[in-house]
Order: sequence, then structure tokens, then C-alpha cells
Amino acid sequence: MQTIVAVKGLTKQFKNLSAVQDLSFSVNEGDVYGFLGQNGAGKSTTIRMLLTLITPSAGEVEIFGKKLTSNRNEILSQVGAVIEKPDVYKYLSAYENLQLFARLSGVKVSEEKLMAQLDKVGLAHRAKDTVKTFSQGMKQRLGIAIALVHDPKLIILDEPTNGLDPQGIADIRNLILHLSRDLKKTVIVSSHLLSEIEQVATRVLIIDKGKKIVEGNALELFDPSQTIVELQTFDNGYALQQLQVSAWNIHLQPQRDTAILIKLDRQLIPQLHRDLVDMDIQVLSLQPRHSLEDYFLQVTSGNQYVDTYSN
Amino acid sequence: MWTLTQIELFKIFRRPRTYIAFAAITGLIGIIQFGLKLDGDSYIDFMMRDITSSITVEGKILNGYQVCYIVLQILLVHVPLLIALVAADMISGEANMGTLRIMLTKPISRTKFLLAKFMATVAYTLLLLVWLAILALFLNMIIFGTDDLFLMKSQYVVLLKKDDIFWRYVWAFGFAALAMTTVASLGFLFSLFAENSIGPIVATMSVIIFFTILSTLNIPVFNKIKPFLFTTHMIGWKEFFDIKVNDANEAIIGSIQNPQKIINSALVLVLHIIGFVTAAIVIFKRKDVLS
Repeated sequence: MQTIVAVKGLTKQFKNLSAVQDLSFSVNEGDVYGFLGQNGAGKSTTIRMLLTLITPSAGEVEIFGKKLTSNRNEILSQVGAVIEKPDVYKYLSAYENLQLFARLSGVKVSEEKLMAQLDKVGLAHRAKDTVKTFSQGMKQRLGIAIALVHDPKLIILDEPTNGLDPQGIADIRNLILHLSRDLKKTVIVSSHLLSEIEQVATRVLIIDKGKKIVEGNALELFDPSQTIVELQTFDNGYALQQLQVSAWNIHLQPQRDTAILIKLDRQLIPQLHRDLVDMDIQVLSLQPRHSLEDYFLQVTSGNQYVDTYSN
Repeated sequence: MWTLTQIELFKIFRRPRTYIAFAAITGLIGIIQFGLKLDGDSYIDFMMRDITSSITVEGKILNGYQVCYIVLQILLVHVPLLIALVAADMISGEANMGTLRIMLTKPISRTKFLLAKFMATVAYTLLLLVWLAILALFLNMIIFGTDDLFLMKSQYVVLLKKDDIFWRYVWAFGFAALAMTTVASLGFLFSLFAENSIGPIVATMSVIIFFTILSTLNIPVFNKIKPFLFTTHMIGWKEFFDIKVNDANEAIIGSIQNPQKIINSALVLVLHIIGFVTAAIVIFKRKDVLS
């Protein structure tokens, strides 16, 4: 499989702050590459270095097999990006924004194609309206239309779900899957919304304090044998007593006030459910927590906060 | 490059802020025209009060050329603010809107991007001066008619013949365009350092006010630096209205008293423009876009 992005020893130093330290990773063709890290971990700085917005202090970036520093324009002509907020010209219409950025990307796109692009993101009916009248979700969709207008091979989305409502988040998720599965695009998506990454990423990179913590296949990282299930019942005290004298005792985790935590293989959840009914435990909810979240908190400094709250 | 400049011009002229300057100039000139049309004779009497006993001037002193000169004297001091409104917003405004980072992820070199923006700024400046010329010169010629131009300098008076004036205004507006482009390039440079346009606009005006005060202060210690300040040379347009006289003290038609002074001033302004724009390119190429 062809390597689309190869990053070696990427470093960015801002005066006394090491934003990114000796970061290396690679993105293959067709990957949906999840880029994870807490706020301030260095995700946006790394993405901005990939897009030449920030000059690295050290290290090398190759995209499409070519050095970014010496082939900037050629590479960027095949890259589409949405960086954090989808900021566009508010005094221009959606159509004018799209047309303007298409021209900047070096492509001549007909009115029909521009309208089709707006239609894809559900904005065709607002094409002539100025963007200042748009909601955050509509601006985000326009930002994505702009990123895709020149049919790029690589799409970079930095926190694309920022400020979106649940429907907007679901739309972005579906779009990423569509880009990857149907259009065979390579997508790099950064987010702190772990559940979203978990649902779309084929490979994941986790960074913390500017350093790589882990990079790998999403299925391997999201180990289903280590799923944590949150159980809420009418009487958690009674439920806990029953579980402690059952075969499920070995799966019980340190408890919280509002829920009982059980660590188990995902496949055992139906059995647990049957046993709870047999034990006459009145279940309010049985919710598997996202395994990526657990993994993420385990490997990053976020673990500290969880420990504090647990105590 | 042309496509980029077109895009920048499109953006400039789609912003309501751009038209503030055009509206301000229209309003100010309109007020001056209204006042002079209504009570221009009193103004001329006041202007001539010290010399009416020694000079007799025939013809119509309050004519279109005279009004244009009055307008330019008043307005060219304030036009830099109107220029700064747009020039100082060129990069900072994009950073503020968040569009700078999208623009710079497109396959365009930063130098080309910056030069296109500067070209668009210059085009805006020139259009503003063309508008000023239309209202201050052509409209006044229509409203007040044309005649000889009588100018009172600090130590002498100048009388320019009716047929020897128009070309001087053309050159004067050209020179003013150069002076205003210098202001635009300074505002443009400052716009790199902020993420909203207020700071660069205030900084541009502060520099102009500070340098203008230094240029006009008659203190010997400042005389050595005055020739290097662009503000000293911004009023060079007035030199086109000083005329040579022959041995009989008669005006030589088509002459300028000190053309070398105009050339020197123009050179200083051009050097400032090149300096400001070069500095902007060097800084911008190294700038990390964090907005």
C-alpha cells in the first residue's frame, strides 16, 4: 500500500514551549487516520506543519512521496483541508466562497459543478445567501465543500466536529466514511471526540505533550476484550451484592456512586444481561463505555484527572 | 498573479467597509462645495484681506481650480486614515476572520499571495484618488467654472494662467497617489503583526502623526532626519504649483520652479514603498500562522 504521508522527526519549538517533539508517523493510501490527543497535545500544530502554515523547527514531511518544503504548491494542489473553525468570507455568499476557493486551488469549475458540490453538503438552496446568515453547522458544511471542490487525494480535517450539534457530528462522520469507502480518499482527522474517531478511523495516532504515545491499527487498539460496561439499576447496592457472589465478581471494577463498572469481553455482554435478569436485578441501563476512551485515558496524562475524580 | 489580484479586488469591493472612504470623501467635498457656493465670496475676501491694498486681481478667483486646491489642502491630510482603513486590514482582517489559514493552504506561494494583496491595495488607493479627482477637480470645474489660479504662499503669491493649470493637477494627483501608496504600504506592513485591524490602523496613523510633527517642527536637531521621513515628502504635490519667473519677473508658462525637489521626494517615497513591501514579504514568509 502506498504511503501518502511520511513524517520523520517532526519538531516545533515555540520559544520555551515544545509543542511537538520528534514526531514520526505515516499515513497509507485509503486510510482514515485518526489523530488523537488532549487539548494542547500538539495535534493542531502538527496538522498546520503538514499544511505549511507553521514552519517546523526540525524534521521532514513527505506527501505523495515528495518533500513538502520543495514541492509545496504541487502537493497542496492535491490536499483539501478544514482547520478547526470553518472560517470563510462572511460577506460573500456560499456560492461565491466556493467559486473563490476553487479558483485559488487552481481549478476552473463550472457553475453546475459548484452547485452540485453545494448540493452534496445540503447547501444548494442557500447558495446565494451570505454566509453571515449561516449556522455553525452550515458553515462547517461549506468549509468541507471548499476542501473538496478541487477533488483532492488527501483530506485533512482538524477538529471538524467543533461546535456542531449531534446531527452535524453524525453528518461529518458519514461524510468521512463516504470519502473513504466510496471515493477512496485518504483522510487525516484530528479530534478529541474519541467516540467519533473510534467509529471512522482505520488507523490511529495518539499524541500527548507533543510526543507520540502510540500509532497503530484501530482494531488492535480498541481491544474488545477489555470493554468496560456501566450498569445502572434501581438498587445498585443490591445489584453489587448479587454480582459479588456470582461468577461476575472477577470482572468488577472499582465502583462509582452512580454506576457499577464491569470489565469484560464485548461478546459476554448478552450473557451478563441474561444473568442480571435471572438475579432479579432491575436494570435501568447497561452501557458499554467506548474502549478507545479507556485506552486513551490509560496512555495519556488525562488518566490523572480520572483518578482524582474516582477518589 | 492576475487571478489572485482579481480575487483580492473582488474581496475588497464586496466589503461594506471599503465604501466608507468613498462616502467620506463625497460627503466632505459636498460640504465644502455647498459652503463655497453659498458663501464663497466671503471666504475669498477673508483669504485676500492682507493683500487687497497692494494687489488688484481681475477675473473670478473662486473658480473650479481654486476650489480643487482648497479641497486638496484640507483632504490630503486626512485621506491617509481612509487608506489605512483598508490597507491595515489586508492581512490582519484575514487573520481575524480565520480565512488566512485557508488561503495559505492553497497552492499559492506566500510571496505571490502578499504581492497580489498589495497590488489590490494600490488599486484601491488609486481608485480613491481618481474619485477624489472626479469630485474635487472635474465636478468643481463644472460647478464653479475655470479661470486663473491665484495661490497665496507664505512669502509670495502665485498666479497661474487658466491654460497652464490642468496638467499640474494631473501630475499633483499622480504624486498624491505615490504618497498615499506609501501610507498604504506602511499600513500593509503593520497588518502582518495583528489579528484585528484596529491595531495596525492606529499604528499607521500614529507613525504618520509622529513623523509629520517631526517634519514640521523647526528645531535644528531634527533637521538632519527630516529629509529621510516620508511624511516630509508627502506634500510634494504642491511643488507642481510653483512656477519659474523670468528676469522681468513674469511667469514662465509650463514651468515648475524646483523639479529636482519633486524628483527627490518621489524617490524617497518609492524607496519607502519598496522597503515596507520587502520587509512585509520577508516577515510573512517566515510567519507561523497560528490564528
